[in-house]
Amino acid sequence: MFTLTINGEARDVDVDEGTPLLFVLRDTLGMTGTKYGCGIAQCGACTVLMDGAAMRSCQLPVEAVGPSEITTIEAVEADDVGKRVVAAWIEGQVPQCGYCQSGQVMAATALLKQTPEPSDDDILYGMSNLCRCGTYNAIAAAVRQAAKA
Amino acid sequence: MILAPASAAGLSRRAFILRSGAFVLGAALPTRVLADVAGAGEGAAAVAPAPGTRVAAFIEIGADNTVRFLSPFVEGGQGIATGMAQTVGEELDVDPARIEVECAPPGPDYQVVNGMRLTGGSFSTRSSYPVVRRLGATARDMLLRAAAARLEVDVDALTTRDGVVVHATSGRTLTYGDLATEALALTPREDVPLRDPAAFRWIGKPVGRIDVADKSRGLAKYTIDHAVDGMLFAAVVHAPHYGTEPKALSNEADVKVMPGVHSIHTLPGAVAVTADSWWRARKAVEALDVTWTDPAPTGIATVAADFSSDGMLAALTGSTAPGVSVEAEGDTAATFAAAAKVIEAEYHAPYLNHAQLEPPSTIARFNDDGTLDVWLPNQMPEAFQKLCAEAGGVVPEQVRLHQPMLGGFFGRHFTYGTGNPFPQAILLAKATGRPVKLVWSREEEFKMDALRPLSFTRLKAALGADGMPTAITSRTVGEGPLGRYFGLSPDSSTVEGITEKPYAIANRAMETVTLRHPVNIAFWRSVGHSMNDFFYEGFLDEIADAGGQDPFALRKALLAHSRRHLALLDEVARISGGWRRGPYTVDGTSRARGLAMASPFGSETATIAEVSLEDGATKVHNVWVAFDPGSVVNPAIVKAQVESAVALGLSETLVEQAVYENGVRRDANYDTYQVLRREMMPAVHVSIVESGAPMGGVGEPGLPGVPGAVVNAVAALTGVRVRSLPLANTPLSAA
Ligand code: FES
Ligand code: FES
Repeated sequence: MFTLTINGEARDVDVDEGTPLLFVLRDTLGMTGTKYGCGIAQCGACTVLMDGAAMRSCQLPVEAVGPSEITTIEAVEADDVGKRVVAAWIEGQVPQCGYCQSGQVMAATALLKQTPEPSDDDILYGMSNLCRCGTYNAIAAAVRQAAKA
Repeated sequence: MILAPASAAGLSRRAFILRSGAFVLGAALPTRVLADVAGAGEGAAAVAPAPGTRVAAFIEIGADNTVRFLSPFVEGGQGIATGMAQTVGEELDVDPARIEVECAPPGPDYQVVNGMRLTGGSFSTRSSYPVVRRLGATARDMLLRAAAARLEVDVDALTTRDGVVVHATSGRTLTYGDLATEALALTPREDVPLRDPAAFRWIGKPVGRIDVADKSRGLAKYTIDHAVDGMLFAAVVHAPHYGTEPKALSNEADVKVMPGVHSIHTLPGAVAVTADSWWRARKAVEALDVTWTDPAPTGIATVAADFSSDGMLAALTGSTAPGVSVEAEGDTAATFAAAAKVIEAEYHAPYLNHAQLEPPSTIARFNDDGTLDVWLPNQMPEAFQKLCAEAGGVVPEQVRLHQPMLGGFFGRHFTYGTGNPFPQAILLAKATGRPVKLVWSREEEFKMDALRPLSFTRLKAALGADGMPTAITSRTVGEGPLGRYFGLSPDSSTVEGITEKPYAIANRAMETVTLRHPVNIAFWRSVGHSMNDFFYEGFLDEIADAGGQDPFALRKALLAHSRRHLALLDEVARISGGWRRGPYTVDGTSRARGLAMASPFGSETATIAEVSLEDGATKVHNVWVAFDPGSVVNPAIVKAQVESAVALGLSETLVEQAVYENGVRRDANYDTYQVLRREMMPAVHVSIVESGAPMGGVGEPGLPGVPGAVVNAVAALTGVRVRSLPLANTPLSAA
C-alpha cells in the first residue's frame, strides 16, 4: 500500500512495488488523461508534474514518488500557468489526434513554471515530447502565447 | 482463423481508375443485412435504404435540442468530425459548435464511399460532402413542415435560426427538439434545395475544431482509455520470428502464482497472460519462458531466420521476372534508339511502421444474450465486425462495435490479419468467461504492426539534343496493399506516383512486377505515393541536370499544357519568395532548395524545401506547399493536415525506417525507431489554391511532394544524388 498525493488529495493505492506511476494513475485510479505511448521515457505522453517539474510517469516507480505532489492533466487548470497553457492550446487549435497532447500540455506547464519567458531554444529543449501528427509548430506557438498571456 | 481475409483496406483513387470507375472493391466486402431500427416514419419504412439518405440514421435531435450526428467516418486527428458538423450544420441550420459527432455503428446507411465504408484514401470529405449537405437540408425541411403543422401556418411563413423554427409574423418559435419526433415521422422530400454557397456561414470557413478543447484537457477518450465492469487485463508476447508458434512453456507454474495473475494462454503466434492489472499481466507474460517453433532457415517465401531488409531489397533489385504494363504511350524503343542522351537510376524506400502514438488495444465482452461487444480502433467497421464475429463464433449481427476516436492512424487501423489485438482479446474473453482488455505494449506493436512495404523502382529516360526528355520508362518491383488485400492486379498501389503524371513526356512505358513480401504489409499515409513520387521527382531532377536545365524551368516546360499545374508552380514560387535553387548563404551557412510536385488522391501539390547541412545531417529550414484540392470545407483544418502530412513526409525522408535483420525487426520502441522530433521540424508555409476542380483528398496529399523536394535540395546543395530513404543512411558533406 502506498499513499500518494495526487492533485492535492491523498490517495491510497494497493499496487506492487515497481509499478510505474503511469499505470497506477490509469488503471488503479481510472485517471486516463495521462497516456501510455512507449513506456521507456521516450515519447512524453505520460508526462505529469512532480512538485511542479515535468516527470515521465512511465519510468517512475510508485515507491519513488514518496511525499511529492503529483499533478496530472485532470487538475492542470487548477494551476494558473496550466490554465493559461490549456487556453493557448485551444485558441491555437493545437491538437490533431490529441493523443500526445496531455503530455505536451504538462510539459509546457512545467517549462513555463520554470522559465516564464522561454526563448525558442528553451522551447526546443524543454519540449522533447513526440507528436506523430507533427503539431510541433503549433505547440511552440501556443507555448509563446501562454507565456505572453 | 483471422489470417488475411480479403477485407482490410483503404483504397486509392487509382483503384477505381484502373478498372475504369467500376466499384472493384465492393466485391471484397461482406454484404450487410443489418436491420436498423433507428427511427419511426421514414426510418422504419426504409427496408433497404440507399446509403446516406435516411435522416434518422444520421441525425438525432434530443428533446433538449441537442444535436448528434452519426458519422460514417472515424476521427483520428484529421478533423473529419468538425468537417461533418460544419457541413450538416450549414444545411440543418445548427451551429457546428453545438453538434456532437460520433462514429456510426456498422450498417448499410453509412456506406457512402462508393458503396463501401472506410476512413481512408483521403476519401471522407469528398465522398460524403453532397450526401451530408443533403441530409442536413432534408432534415431541416422535415422540421419546418412539422412546425407548420403544429403552428397551423404555411411552411413558407417559417424560417430557422440555429436550431429554432421561427414564425416571424407572430413571433412564435419552436426548437428542433420540440419538433424532432413529429418531423421524423414525415416522409422526407428528395428535392429540398441546398443552400446557396454564397450564403455559407460555416462551410469553407476556418471553424474551430469541435474536439480541441477536450483534447487539450486530457478528456478525449481513446480505445485504450475505456474500461468495463469485471474486466481482466491482458498482455501478450508474440513470437520473435513472424509466423512461428509457441511450442512449450517451461515455467508456467511459476508464472501462474505471480501476483494478480488469472490465467496463461497460448494463442496463434503468441502467448498471453490475464491478470487484475495490465502491469501485472505484462510482467507475467514477459516472465514466461517460451520455446517457439523454428522459422525456415532461409529464403523470402516466409520471414526466415536470415530474412533482412537488405536481402529483400536485393531480391527486388535482382528480379528478372517480366513486368506488367501499367502505362504505355508512344514508342519508347524508337525514342531511346534516337536519343541524344540516356540516363538510368535505381531508387528504393524502406519498410515503415505507422508509429501512431496510441498503442492498439481491444476490449471484448460476451453478453448473456449471446452478443459480443468490442471496443477497438478501426477504419473500416464492416470488415472488423465480420472478423470479430468469426473470432467469437457468432454472426456479425451479434457484434456491437464501439469505435472511439483514434490516437493517430495513418493507415494503421485496417484489419491486417495478425496485425491487430482484437482477435486475441476475443479469444481471451471466450476462454476466461470474463470481459478482457488487451493492450499491446509499444514493443509488441512495433513487432506486429503491418508495414509500409519496402519498394524498388528502376527509371530510365531519353533526352533529345535540346536537353528535354523524350521518353521515360520505369520498372517497379514489389507488392502493395491493394494487391494483397483486394486482389488488384496490376496493383496500382505499387506504382501510383510513377504513373499518371501530368508531365508532357510523349513516350512512356511503366511496368510493375509483383514480388510478394513475407511480412505483413499496410496502407501508410499516402500509400504508394509516399515513395513513388520521390522516385519520380528525384529522377526528374536528374533529367534536368543531365539536360542542363533548371528543375523549375523544366517542370514549367513540361506542364505548359496545364493551367492548373502552372498556377501551382507559380504559387509555390511566390510564397517562397521566388524560385532559386542555390546554393546561397544564410547566416553563414550554405542552403539550397528543391522542388517536387505530386497528384495524389485527386489533389495537386507543388512543394519546395530549403535545406542546409548540420554535422553531416540534413537540416530542413522551410517547406512551402501550394496545395490545390479543388475546393475546401475548412481551410484551417486543411492547412493543419498539410502541415501534419509534411511532418510525416519529413520523418520518412530524414530518419525513419523499419529494418529487418536476422529474421526480426531491429527496432522495438522509439529509442531506436526514429521519428521526426521537434528539432527536425521546419517552418511550414501552406497556400491553398481552390481551382474549383472536383474535390480531392486532404489528409494524405501533403506528404508525397516532401521527400522529392528535400532530396532535390540536398542534391543542389551537395552534388550528391540520394536515391534511397531515409537520408540518415547516406553520409553527406557540402559540395
Ligand atoms: S509513455 Fe512515458 S515517455 Fe512514453
Ligand atoms: S496530436 Fe497526434 S500525436 Fe500529437
